[in-house]
Amino acid sequence: MELILVNLIDGLVTGLLLFMLSAGLTLIFSMMGVLNFAHASFYMLGAYFAYQISIALGFWMGLLLAPIIVGVLGAGVERYGLRRVHQYGHVPELIFTFGLALLIEELVQFIWGKNQMPYNVPEILNFTAFSIAGNSIPAFKIFMIFVSVGIFVGLLFVLTKTRVGMIIQAALSYPRTVEALGHNVPLIFMGVFGVGTALAGLAGVIAGPVLGTFPGMAFVLGSIVFVTIVIGGLGSLWGALVASLLIGWLTTFAKSYNVRMEDILNGIGFSTPENMGESALRDLWTITSPQIADILPYILMVLILIFRPAGLFGKRHQ
Amino acid sequence: MKKFTKLGAVSALSLIVGASAAFAENIKIGFIDPLSGPFASTGTNGLHQYEFAVDYMVNDKGGVLDGKNFEVIGFDNKTSPKESLIQLQVAIDQGVRYIVQGNSSGVAAAITEAIDKHNRRNPDSRVLFLNYAAVDPSLTNEKCNFWHFRFDANADIKMDALTDVIARDEGIKKVYIIGQDYSFGKSVAEAAVEMLGEKRPDIEVVGNELHPIGKVKDFTPYSRKVISSGADAVITGNWGADMLGIGKSVIENGFEGPIYTYYAAGSGMTAAFGESGKGRIRLIAQGSINPIASEEARDLYNAFLEKYPEGNIDQSRIFNSIGMLARAIEEAGTADDVVAVASKLEGMEYETMWGGTMYMRPQDHQVIQDMYVGVHTDEDVEFDFDSSGFGIVTESVVEMASKDIATTCEMKRP
Repeated sequence: MELILVNLIDGLVTGLLLFMLSAGLTLIFSMMGVLNFAHASFYMLGAYFAYQISIALGFWMGLLLAPIIVGVLGAGVERYGLRRVHQYGHVPELIFTFGLALLIEELVQFIWGKNQMPYNVPEILNFTAFSIAGNSIPAFKIFMIFVSVGIFVGLLFVLTKTRVGMIIQAALSYPRTVEALGHNVPLIFMGVFGVGTALAGLAGVIAGPVLGTFPGMAFVLGSIVFVTIVIGGLGSLWGALVASLLIGWLTTFAKSYNVRMEDILNGIGFSTPENMGESALRDLWTITSPQIADILPYILMVLILIFRPAGLFGKRHQ
Repeated sequence: MKKFTKLGAVSALSLIVGASAAFAENIKIGFIDPLSGPFASTGTNGLHQYEFAVDYMVNDKGGVLDGKNFEVIGFDNKTSPKESLIQLQVAIDQGVRYIVQGNSSGVAAAITEAIDKHNRRNPDSRVLFLNYAAVDPSLTNEKCNFWHFRFDANADIKMDALTDVIARDEGIKKVYIIGQDYSFGKSVAEAAVEMLGEKRPDIEVVGNELHPIGKVKDFTPYSRKVISSGADAVITGNWGADMLGIGKSVIENGFEGPIYTYYAAGSGMTAAFGESGKGRIRLIAQGSINPIASEEARDLYNAFLEKYPEGNIDQSRIFNSIGMLARAIEEAGTADDVVAVASKLEGMEYETMWGGTMYMRPQDHQVIQDMYVGVHTDEDVEFDFDSSGFGIVTESVVEMASKDIATTCEMKRP
């Protein structure tokens, strides 16, 4: 019972972290129609910048400065890269972001090398907040939860309650009309791209000390972010949140409990074959949930695409 | 200006010609391991140690066979068996006759099989496989062949030594075994269960599980299970980012006991564990770094630090493999006839600067050597890892570990 509570908290942390990444990606996609393959690379840059800044100025300055630097870089990429490629259509844009992802990974390896960086939780947050039945919940995780929830509330407020948000939402659906009304749509695009990448950078800053800061960190997270926004519905902030939490809890619970396929199959009426060694389906029978935990989100994505192609909260109107 | 350009071009050209003339005599060693992707750091550090080893131990001392130099060429296999076979072919086409590889036994199995086939079909361009770190026991048992030599202790030998140490600790009543889901991870788990059962039947294995290799983002759910199982000690064969991930995660989430590992040092890991792993992380390795085993090793380590100030010698077996290869080539009097070289490697006894004697068993090409169990700490550390102040200090030695370990290898000699 206590373990369920612990897993709920762990899943929440994983989910919220995923949300910070997917929120920016989904906004960028709905606005420009570009799937930004380099998104997770900005997450990695966030972690590395924060590590570098934290050596000189401490963790908190890293938390403040690194996302800003990443955001400015992102805006620059949009202004001087994507905008030029845009006129040639979506495929060159995709290829551009893909190349950018490779370039950033190589650059990171070039500057910082291939080793793990000793980017650690700051002293002040390096204690156990509370423990449940021997399982300690580090204070840093609570801090992560607060930061991500704060970001979500802030984004929601800006998008729905402010004038800037209104214009962004209008530009999402009717860019030409908004332009005709005298708003600078390219500037809005650049802004959204900048903020989106800054969010990814922030995710990197707070995830780096926990998940490790190394050149492969973008790679391990890259594909799952796309899965998240497809499940949530492209362009929907709520969708991104719900899908992120869903994936966070799904994978956490699947890893924490050894549910065996045998039990499930027995439960729905199949009996275990007598001589397992020769059964053609041996691999299926011996699967346990931790083994397949990481592909569960992909299975979920396939199901969503079959039964609800627009995603959980998506509105497809093209 | 024009003249200058011309001069530059000519000198560059002559350099190239000169260089290729010099390289023509080189004995090429193909290093096939991950140089990109999640395990890039492990591979790159291995390559640096190889490059340094051939320069320091062979080339700077006049080479072998009256002046032939060793040359290490890196090939990136992205930890994929398929990619490795492509790179193996590229290497052979470039005239490489000695392949070194170590990261992932899955890759090693693919390479050893491919080399066996290649050598049967192409007697003129046979190659040897010097395995410096892939420790799946099957490579020197059912999958053994004449071309494969292992310079690292295999997983069973390491587990034998590790469980000796665990068995001495009366406080350990429950252990949790966790590893990467592939051949090596499975053999670590099997060996641990079997050997603990023999040495300390009272120890209960409260968890035995595998996780996907190189794909886990967050180890928290796994560490929750470790802690709720009430384990006193954790055993893992993890390496690279997976080792740091599981180690950091169990410590952060409240695990109090020791973690017995194979590979929890160097490649940024020692620095990243830092204070949190002090006195907790133990690992089994060949060769003693702290205290350093010999003056020769001390000089070598200092020279290495001069070249790579941030570097670590965390795989001293790399130096042993180069030392033994150089000696075998000298004794065989040729580097081109790999059968002759392999015959000299078989049964070789080699005094290593890292402590003790290495013996290459002829029946399965498994090296037998002293094994050391060390602890991650910052006390009495002469050579730290990752410039972190932390390093591995030897706690116990098992001499000529498992020298009579059984093998099912039926070696077919050419």
